[in-house]
Amino acid sequence: MSAANSAHSVVAPSRSSKRIAGTIVVLYALITLIPLVWIFLTSIKSPPDSISYPPKIVFTPSLEGYCNLFTTRTRQTPDYIASLPAPVGTCDEVTRKRNMVIAGPSNFLPRFINSLVIAFGSTFLAVLLGTLAAYGFSRFKVPLADDLLFFILSTRMMPPIAVAIPIYLMYRELGLSDTAVGMILLYTAVNVSLAVWLLKGFIDEIPREYEEAAMIDGYTRLQAFRKVVLPQATTGIAATAIFCLIFAWNEYAFAALLTSGEAQTAPPFIPTIIGEGGQDWPAVAAGTTIFLIPILVFTILLRKQLLRGITFGAVRK
Amino acid sequence: MQKTSKALLGLAAALVMSSALPNLAKAEELTLCWAAWDPANALVELSKDFTAKTGTQMKFEFVPWTSYADRFLNELNSHGKLCDLIIGDSQWIGGSAENGHYVKLNDFFDKEGIKMDDFVPATVVGYSEWPKNTPNYWALPAMGDVVGWTYRKDWFEKPELQKEFKAKYGRDLAAPKTYDELKQIAEFFQKREIDGKTVYGASIYTERGSEGITMGVTNVLYDWGFQYENPKKPYDMEGFVNSADAVKGLEFYKSLYDCCTPPGSSNVYMVESADAFKSGQVAMQMNFAFTWPGLYKDEKVGGDRIGFFPNPAEKAHFAQLGGQGISVVSYSDKRDAALQYIKWFAQPDVQAKWWELGGFSCLNSVVNAPDFAKSQPYAQAFLDSMAIVKDFWAEPSYASLLQAMQKRVHNYVVAGNGTAKEALDGLVKDWSDVFKDDGKI
Amino acid sequence: MPDEGTGGTPLRAILTRVAARIGRRAGPPDLPYPNRPGEKLTISHSSIVENAVDATARATPVSVARRVRGLSDRAIAWLFIAPAIILLLAINIFPLIWAIYLSFTNYRANRPNAPVQGVGFGNYQRVLNDPDIWQAMQTTAHFVFWTILLQTVIGFSLAYLIDRKFRGHAFWTTIILIPMMLSPAVVGNFWRFLYEPQIGLFAYAVSLVSGIPTSDIQMLGNVTLAPWAIIIVDTWMWTPYVMLICLAGLRSIPDYIYEAAEVDRASPWRQFWSITVPMALPFIMLAVLFRGIENFKMFDMVTLLTGGGPGSVTEVASITLKRAAFESWATGRASAFAIILFVAVFGLANIYVKALNRVKQR
Repeated sequence: MSAANSAHSVVAPSRSSKRIAGTIVVLYALITLIPLVWIFLTSIKSPPDSISYPPKIVFTPSLEGYCNLFTTRTRQTPDYIASLPAPVGTCDEVTRKRNMVIAGPSNFLPRFINSLVIAFGSTFLAVLLGTLAAYGFSRFKVPLADDLLFFILSTRMMPPIAVAIPIYLMYRELGLSDTAVGMILLYTAVNVSLAVWLLKGFIDEIPREYEEAAMIDGYTRLQAFRKVVLPQATTGIAATAIFCLIFAWNEYAFAALLTSGEAQTAPPFIPTIIGEGGQDWPAVAAGTTIFLIPILVFTILLRKQLLRGITFGAVRK
Repeated sequence: MQKTSKALLGLAAALVMSSALPNLAKAEELTLCWAAWDPANALVELSKDFTAKTGTQMKFEFVPWTSYADRFLNELNSHGKLCDLIIGDSQWIGGSAENGHYVKLNDFFDKEGIKMDDFVPATVVGYSEWPKNTPNYWALPAMGDVVGWTYRKDWFEKPELQKEFKAKYGRDLAAPKTYDELKQIAEFFQKREIDGKTVYGASIYTERGSEGITMGVTNVLYDWGFQYENPKKPYDMEGFVNSADAVKGLEFYKSLYDCCTPPGSSNVYMVESADAFKSGQVAMQMNFAFTWPGLYKDEKVGGDRIGFFPNPAEKAHFAQLGGQGISVVSYSDKRDAALQYIKWFAQPDVQAKWWELGGFSCLNSVVNAPDFAKSQPYAQAFLDSMAIVKDFWAEPSYASLLQAMQKRVHNYVVAGNGTAKEALDGLVKDWSDVFKDDGKI
Repeated sequence: MPDEGTGGTPLRAILTRVAARIGRRAGPPDLPYPNRPGEKLTISHSSIVENAVDATARATPVSVARRVRGLSDRAIAWLFIAPAIILLLAINIFPLIWAIYLSFTNYRANRPNAPVQGVGFGNYQRVLNDPDIWQAMQTTAHFVFWTILLQTVIGFSLAYLIDRKFRGHAFWTTIILIPMMLSPAVVGNFWRFLYEPQIGLFAYAVSLVSGIPTSDIQMLGNVTLAPWAIIIVDTWMWTPYVMLICLAGLRSIPDYIYEAAEVDRASPWRQFWSITVPMALPFIMLAVLFRGIENFKMFDMVTLLTGGGPGSVTEVASITLKRAAFESWATGRASAFAIILFVAVFGLANIYVKALNRVKQR
């Protein structure tokens, strides 16, 4: 064993060990990315190319996947197609080449919009209620606070299907089945437990002295909350928001069981995109790609907060 | 890039326009719910006639088969108002009738002079009646369907293959009439090189999630003498569901799956089966008749290259009934308009056009027309198949019965657990439990 | 922590520093005394809020202000906590109680008009004696065990390597995070595409490397391979999550401990086993807890990937529950199963958390 060899210092790793570590991690990252890249490539393939054997890595790109995603088409006879006026735009051309005609828009855009409304709506509500409740738990002596908090968190241990059974019945009675409001309430309720737990931790870290000083200076408790606590809690709020958003955006079980038409979000919809024979993989891939973009943008913008949030949850308790 | 942006602009404009249109035509609007498949597209086309005649706009909610039952049974059970009209699967009749999801149509039929005698009897029993064989109608037969087979006529006609087959089996290579013949043909084609590609014998239903493998295995089981219950004593299943012959039938289905199907066919239903056939992977495929028009029109395997035959026979000759009837949802606010749609749909000329566009009409005057059998190359096979149909349970608890069969059969045929006898014995127990829960035994 | 009391340090810089200290228990932010009413803060967005608040405060008539100022702490506490609690009661607790009630009945959701009869513990007996349900629990346990094992090993190794702080490690860390951002349902769906024997990338890649013909690589159709198919997908998705928590753990180990060990001439191997692992252990255990709970509840990804098949080989508990509740509509029995699952997870988690706390106290 070499003596005090700085090459093996754990605190300051040697150049070579850094390079090895880097190579392995980069390799892992690239391998992990391959399925995602493949999905994106599939979204720009034509349907026959997407199911070719062996899988095609070199191909002529086509917008057919995206066209199919946004439209419904019907098959027509070549004579009928020849009798129609000239095609308008790429999607029309591409569709007609397959002896089909665009019949109207598909359900993807409404579902995507539902996802936006429900996910962002429930995130906003969860963070709002969570911040208020977290402040309350943090600053005031609430009876049975610890037990309450633990029980709140433990509701997340139920499988979503289990929760869905009574919720399904309840919503049926209340007429909330298949409504955006119902889904927003549900997601908010599921997220608020995590939000309270996380935000309480963040708010706990903000020393009370600042608010107390502010109140001595003449602020009310409410004003102190707004002026002193909130600005310092922005990281925590952002971290919590990102968690809630990821959950609500990607959620499937509740959406599949409690919605069918009006309030259906994108995750239950995307796997049902069927072409003429089997699943329309380019369209599904296109839907997946488009669906991924907002959450990816948000995560990259708020990645520091996200990391802080995950690790904070680990550091606490 | 200019083209793409023009295309996107055009697409956006189309989207905006089409979403604005319903607001302009504030006339009545009906929503019809069905499965997303070729006939649904044909119905969209056909319904333009209804809109022209009555001014009522039609909106359609189509869901792929794999989630069709889930989604719409959920919808009906939650008393949803999404659907005014629904073309529900034949097995939903019992539950929908007893739970008040469908509007009973007897009075309407009487008032409008729509007679059930005008429709093929098997379809009336299968799609409209509950309880079965009583004159209580909950749907109008809309889409006749039955499981049948297609085969690659062009391969069967290759001289070298015909010679080889004749030498091996002593008969001509032609559409099989019995399952033993079918298996021989499937084995003959399994892993054969044709036109530079490896092909396989047959594609059969094996889907686990909804109803696939049940809809496939019943074709074989019926032929081997499987019965749902004692004809003299309802719900008495021991010895009828798991008779020695039924066990042999189930073993045969498994042997067919093991010997003669393409790799990766552990979860095959209608679209995958059609896909396997269309991509030139298999010599024969089991599928519902609704796929036939689309396959016939296919550029790669259609036209002269495709042939059709009804489900082969063995000890008995049956085929699994598919198809649906169209019903009015009782929770809809637009019952009268919906009933008008049913009245329009029942007209003979509309039914004739339905057949033309790719739907399978159930009206006697259409299917018994003298030139019907020649109207399409698959018409004869369709007629022959509809004559031998038999259906799964249509009890209100049909979903539990179906689930039990899916589990037991898939476990044995695809996963290879246990024996055929154990599977069918277990099925009798499962079904008995369901009927006990229902209070029927 | 030093109380600098110097005015004028931009809040944003402080927040950024706080955010950048990943995993370290950040001390209270260095803040000057809060501004007196009327002074503006330096950050634009909060200054807008502040100005609005100030304006409201100044515009409030004196009488209302006196009353508002008088809003007691207790009132505010309840005002703040109430909405969240009410929502939780309505959507989490009340349905749970209702589910408990249902589990003692023979209610079926598709027969809302049928008379509801109590069946005592009948549903529970039936569920606990059902071999299929035990099979599902076994499948779930297999899934949870292997996913946790693989994700912990790979995640921790990745965290360890990233902690070497090679050039660009922040960027690559973000890249590795991407699979976590996807919807598990959508992931299950497109991995089905990737797993197709003839047309899928997975079989193609494996056959390139190993020479086995693609038609034999039936990840979703083969009874032995299918459980591994779901394990692979879950590991692909969630290893980054475990990695992040382990990274937090690794970064929480102060440097001076390592320096002391080096002075004592401890080898890197020893350092790893006596410093790194024990100090990171609470974090690793926490990651295991979170992933364990999540995978016990797993539904979306497996449903879309295999549907529980072939046969029932990948039918995890949630799928069985869904089939009982929403396909057979045996609501009472399904509720009993749901309660049993909840109690199981709750009990196991409790035991685990006690063990975790003991590890933390070391």
